[in-house]
Amino acid sequence: MLKVRLIPCLFLMNGLLVRSEKFNLHQNLGNPIHQLERYNDWYVDELIYIDISRKGDYDFGRYDTKVKIKTNILDILSEISKKCFVPLTFGGRIRTIEDIRERLKRGADKITINTIAIDKPEFIKEAAETFGSQCIVVSIDVKINEEGVYEVYKEFGTKPTGMYPIDWAKKVEELGAGEIFLNSIDRDGTGDGYDINLIRMISESVRIPVIACGGVGKFEDFVDGVKLGKASAVAAGNIFNFTEISTINAKKLMRDNEIEVRI
Amino acid sequence: MKNVLVIDYNMGNLSSVANAVYYIGGNPIISNKPKDIKEAEYIILPGVGTFNNGMKNLINLGLCDILIEQIIDNKKPFLGICLGMQLLAQEGHEWGVTKGLGVIKGKVDKLKVNENLRLPHIGWNDVYFKKECKLISKLNKSEVFYFLNSYHLIPDEDSIVVGTCNYGNDFVAVINNKNIFGTQFHPEKSQKPGLLILKNFLEV
Repeated sequence: MLKVRLIPCLFLMNGLLVRSEKFNLHQNLGNPIHQLERYNDWYVDELIYIDISRKGDYDFGRYDTKVKIKTNILDILSEISKKCFVPLTFGGRIRTIEDIRERLKRGADKITINTIAIDKPEFIKEAAETFGSQCIVVSIDVKINEEGVYEVYKEFGTKPTGMYPIDWAKKVEELGAGEIFLNSIDRDGTGDGYDINLIRMISESVRIPVIACGGVGKFEDFVDGVKLGKASAVAAGNIFNFTEISTINAKKLMRDNEIEVRI
Repeated sequence: MKNVLVIDYNMGNLSSVANAVYYIGGNPIISNKPKDIKEAEYIILPGVGTFNNGMKNLINLGLCDILIEQIIDNKKPFLGICLGMQLLAQEGHEWGVTKGLGVIKGKVDKLKVNENLRLPHIGWNDVYFKKECKLISKLNKSEVFYFLNSYHLIPDEDSIVVGTCNYGNDFVAVINNKNIFGTQFHPEKSQKPGLLILKNFLEV
């Protein structure tokens, strides 16, 4: 039977891992390769890396030395992918078909696009036709706006689009997206749990898999994401970054709640 | 170290396959040059993408004849992964009907699922092995692998089916016909059981 997936999500800024809260940056967590080695031992189902850098340079040097080695994001991806034997989704700043091709060539198994899809929806179709829907994940970032209504935001959650998430989700599915990576900007980094209403609303409006993200503070949130939110996969960033909490324990709880997982 | 040619036909996920081959002790060579293909001891055709683009790229790179020759005439150990396995068929029904390599009798068509199941079929799913095969040596009767597909191979001959997976209906997950092996799932992305499959392939 197809298992529900548990996916750590990692944010890269200028080549280093960071945690975010409500899409604003807080803390530098260091070298992405070090984190990856933990995950290989922990039975994660997939990994999602999003490059949220806003400049051109990438520092991959050690945080505690004065020597900084500048590398570009493709080199970082190549490094990460050498030791990653689970599917790797890579996203952030993808603007062209060539950008996608380069990332797939360098070790990404899937890519995720966000702003470019909003600015040029036909890009989703072009990407799906070129590379196959199954490796095109569209990220949808959602915030509750001043009118108290869910709205899709682009450009790292800074620009409102005027779009209602259900409409956009249906549109991306129609254009050929393989999956939706759904983020709640309001819940991001808060530990207050998933926005179950949002997840359920999107999961029930499309037939492609929906990966939920944003707000996980305890393992029970994963259970809710699946049972109440109807997500196909549950993702989280911060919960796996800080403590000794392991994905195995998260899966045990999910299994105890009758969710089919790989364990 | 065994030389494993990973065919580069612009259809993604090359270095994932090469990284896994390297990890299990093989020497991966990413190439589409006829000389390299002829000299390879093992050939892997990976693939993430659509059937018609896959065939278009193989044709444009002039790889069809040489692949068929190496597989059929030279009987070189060959592993097709995901799209790479599907392209072995006579025809594919993704975005119209496209002629495949024709090395395996059969076709590729969309997974038939009811409306409760989402497509693409993405994630870890159980594969049940129906018969013995060198590729699955030392694996359990059933293992979990990573899939990423909306289409599946429908071979004419059931005798080449080594393992199946269920998603709505049973579909072919592993095939073997003499020196030809294929997996619908991605062994390079399936951690331990997947890496074991690759290791077994290098011992064929």
